[in-house]
Amino acid sequence: MKKNTHINIDQIRNDFPILKRKVNGESLIYFDNAATSQTPQLVIDSIVDYYSKYNSNIHRGVHFLSQEATDAYENSRVKFQKHFNAHNSYEIIFTSGTTHSINLVANGFKKILKKNDEIIISQLEHHSNIVPWQMLCEETGAKIKVIPINNNGELIIDEFEKLLNSKTKLVFVNHVSNALGIVNPIKHIIKKAHEFNAIVLVDGAQATPHMKIDVIDLDVDFYVTSTHKICGPTGVGILYGKEKWLNKIPPFLGGGEMIDQVTFEKSTYAGLPNKFEAGTPNISGVIASGVGIDYLNSIGLEKIYAYENELLEYATRELLQIKGLKIYGFSAKKTSVISFNVGNIHPYDIGSILDKFGIATRTGQLCAQPIMDYFKIPGTIRVSFSFYNTKEEIDEFIKALHKAILMLS
Amino acid sequence: MKIKQIQEEIIDEFAMFDDWMQRYEYMIDLGKSLPLIESKYKTDDYLVNGCQSKVWVRAELVDNQIVFKADSDAIISKGIIAILIRVFSHHEPNEIIEANTDFVDKIGLKDHLSPNRANGLSSMIKQLKLYALAYQTKINDE
Ligand SMILES: Cc1ncc(COP(=O)(O)O)c(C=O)c1O
Repeated sequence: MKKNTHINIDQIRNDFPILKRKVNGESLIYFDNAATSQTPQLVIDSIVDYYSKYNSNIHRGVHFLSQEATDAYENSRVKFQKHFNAHNSYEIIFTSGTTHSINLVANGFKKILKKNDEIIISQLEHHSNIVPWQMLCEETGAKIKVIPINNNGELIIDEFEKLLNSKTKLVFVNHVSNALGIVNPIKHIIKKAHEFNAIVLVDGAQATPHMKIDVIDLDVDFYVTSTHKICGPTGVGILYGKEKWLNKIPPFLGGGEMIDQVTFEKSTYAGLPNKFEAGTPNISGVIASGVGIDYLNSIGLEKIYAYENELLEYATRELLQIKGLKIYGFSAKKTSVISFNVGNIHPYDIGSILDKFGIATRTGQLCAQPIMDYFKIPGTIRVSFSFYNTKEEIDEFIKALHKAILMLS
Repeated sequence: MKIKQIQEEIIDEFAMFDDWMQRYEYMIDLGKSLPLIESKYKTDDYLVNGCQSKVWVRAELVDNQIVFKADSDAIISKGIIAILIRVFSHHEPNEIIEANTDFVDKIGLKDHLSPNRANGLSSMIKQLKLYALAYQTKINDE
């Protein structure tokens, strides 16, 4: 039998109640998926289910509800372990988001890094993946080196390899740039960094919605993401770390659940993963995130990638027909993100008019000021497609964009 | 004219249009008559914080009345600040400080008022009022 490679778009759109909303009197066209993706009914239901049936604190009570909640929470961890192909479920730590995950790791290296050690980050990073390392360098005296990009917005890998040396301790890159959608060759970066015994953290916030991640195949040391970009609710993040590194770095937050023994003189830390999950976590959010990842896998990331790529190609072709329109970021491997400007029109102006047409886009620096500085622009308009978007929506968007340009020039 | 009267005048002007597109086009037009800030003042010192586009504003006290000048790198922000300046410029500081700003709602600009950091209207109003407050304090001290 021939394998079905197409997704059933009508059925999928039915799974997302928000897509039926009207905004400013128009049908919502949601093209800001790279910031947050929408939530299927199944995931929303699981949150309601949790609060209506088994809301209780986990790991603490011997009572029935607490057992049930703990089981569901830990089951979610196993789902993510399988999804990322991690060796052990305790190598998956739940956090409040990518930002939290990165800060947790950065904090962990405070005592390990020494003066004049070197950290490599890329010019493509989200502010989340710049600021924590700057803070770490201020405290330790380590230095930041930056992998430059070329005119297409791609990392210059030769330059990266030149930056590597025996002082390099850590390398941080995003898997996919949030501003440009370019997929970075992380497997190669990880391999090269490991030749110098450097530890690699990959920010996968923009990759996980579009592709399957295999942490063993990548041999990555830390991989982080937020579940609000993969059909889950806001406020839940994933930190995958190799067991040996998670054991090496100290806890980030102190409190309940993360300790083994507490006396006022000294506490001993609990083992993984509890060491990093102090206090009551976002229980319903973690459980719902597990439902979200199941939903994504039920459609299949390969099909999703193929469909989104069709949308990307279609929209790119349509956009390039507009006079004066410039797209930032060209690469053979891109996710369904297009960052652009039209002539000298300010991105904020276009974004505001598109909003009036019910079209949600992102405008501005996109939390990636170093990229905007590189291209010497105040920002861009970014449209990012998800598997529930359609070519018809792209047509509507192009029509609205023409009207906006007319009004603004 | 009092601030309140100018606001009513603007509300009447915007009421003539029946859709948002015409209102936006009118607002963009109003931006073209904005009293422009001299380019030497287009520096970070005069930037309004909290707008996604750049908006520069400067105030002077002329015969006890505040005169505002401004500019923006975005056309819509330029229209918005032009409307605000038409309302607030050439009044005594106290009148500006006490002025109510409900009128922005009535001319269909409410969505620019949200505390979303990308929207600058509330920051602009705050900045104009801060200038008024600073001059009022100065007058009181003299
Ligand atoms: C590449 C990248 N890193 C980090 C983040 C921050 O994620 P969060 O706000 O969920 O912590 C984002 C989200 O916009 C992102 O795109």
